[in-house]
Amino acid sequence: MTAHRGQRAAGLACLAVIALAVIASFRFLAVDFGGLFEPQARHRMARFVVEFFPPDVSPAFLRQVGWASLQTLAVSLLGTLIPAIAGGVLALPAAGRLGRLPKWTARSVLNGLRSVPELVWAALMVLAAGLGPFAGTLALALHTTGVLGRLFAESLENASTVPETALRDLGAGPVARFVYGTLPLIAPQCLGYVLYRWEMNIRMATILGFVGAGGLGQMLYFHLSLFQQQQAATVLIAMTLLVLADDTLSGRARRALSAQTH
Amino acid sequence: MSAAQALRPELRDPAARRRLTWAIAAVVLLWPLGRLAEFHPAVLLDPANAGVMGGFVRGFLPPAADAEFLHELLQATLQTLAIATAGVALAFVIAVPLAILATRSLSIAALGPADGRWRGRVLRQGVRTLMVLARSIPEIVWALLFVRASGLGPAAGVLALAITYGGMLAKVYAEILEAADARPARALLQAGGGRIAALCFGLLPLAAEELVSYTVYRWECAIRAAVVMGFVGAGGLGQLVDQALKGFVPGQVTSIWLVFLALVMLAEAISLVLRKVLA
Repeated sequence: MTAHRGQRAAGLACLAVIALAVIASFRFLAVDFGGLFEPQARHRMARFVVEFFPPDVSPAFLRQVGWASLQTLAVSLLGTLIPAIAGGVLALPAAGRLGRLPKWTARSVLNGLRSVPELVWAALMVLAAGLGPFAGTLALALHTTGVLGRLFAESLENASTVPETALRDLGAGPVARFVYGTLPLIAPQCLGYVLYRWEMNIRMATILGFVGAGGLGQMLYFHLSLFQQQQAATVLIAMTLLVLADDTLSGRARRALSAQTH
Repeated sequence: MSAAQALRPELRDPAARRRLTWAIAAVVLLWPLGRLAEFHPAVLLDPANAGVMGGFVRGFLPPAADAEFLHELLQATLQTLAIATAGVALAFVIAVPLAILATRSLSIAALGPADGRWRGRVLRQGVRTLMVLARSIPEIVWALLFVRASGLGPAAGVLALAITYGGMLAKVYAEILEAADARPARALLQAGGGRIAALCFGLLPLAAEELVSYTVYRWECAIRAAVVMGFVGAGGLGQLVDQALKGFVPGQVTSIWLVFLALVMLAEAISLVLRKVLA
């Protein structure tokens, strides 16, 4: 009973702290939300929105947008396939298969790669590789390698060691042991991770262009900077369609996969 | 393995031909992708680019720590935290009514034959579509649009988070509420209780834990998002990174990165405590 009451008090204290934090946040930002709804600001906002219509649907521009969408898809796909391989390579030492020092080193590398957001990587890669989709591909690949490497390493560590021990007792070498003993066990799970990351990378690839890394994002940024709202509207529509298609298809694929395994 | 061994039929891989076919097909498919993504690794070794990057990497250490920059860094960190917190708070305010509207278990019309049945269905579908639209445009795009439309700094970040996270929270809240056992809520509605009563006494006791932990998790995500949104001018740490990169001050990037790591770890710790106490 007293324990229950103590928990309740802690909960209330927590809620109070949260409320204070929220109030402090609004005070700190000193946002003038009232000013947003003043007639003048409302008028400016409305004019900004109206300028987006009608979207530019001239064939030449649509072709450009289509090309940028394909580029975004290509960036996301390469930015997922490269890490699938690189992450797999790094996962072996990270799962502790090659001793303690390689394990520690590989884990630090993976954590470092993962801790930098994609957009920051992209801004750095634009310095290294110049403007364009290649920088975006590298940025996605670097961050995703960190994520997939860690997930693969975890699957490796959690996989049953029975098949490998059996193969070792039969006299199989280390490569054969891994390829025929453990790999088939973790392959479906790893494939699931790769597909999931690809889904996220498609979303990410559409916005990497904001720092100059190609695709739809770069187009949106470019046209908004030139105050060409009608062109920007078309790019926005393409982005939304891409993300919606991505969401629906991946949801379906996941259901199909889970139906298969269960 | 010697060559003679490899050729022995019992050691040959039975799926070799299929694997080779798939490998070739993959390369053929990947080639145009590489072209489309302008995949030119040689660019990295180009002396001009390598020189720029090399100079930058050499400058990463030591991290910048002059008093003026540290003050700026502290302000940006607080700003990031404030954007995330205010954004999630607004998102919560947007999400709760939407989630209540979208939850089938709270529909009075769904109890039995009633005039409002189809109206309820249309309303729920409409709310769901609204949520999908709010979510499907990434928060940084909203932030960019708000920055361009009104010249707002951090407020643009708050609004962008409020819209996308509002949609996301509403969707997940509705899913969690529908996954909970609907019978207590149904019973309350049938006994003549209102929707709010049915929610508070029928559904919330079953779903509270999950709702709290998802909200806290979203706050954690919001901190990362708030950092990234700075790149389009929405204030906080991201804007500082952008400035440091454009002004070519690598030491500052390192300092910001360290602060970012600390912030993410702190958020994880806080969210662990919150989940334990509130759930």
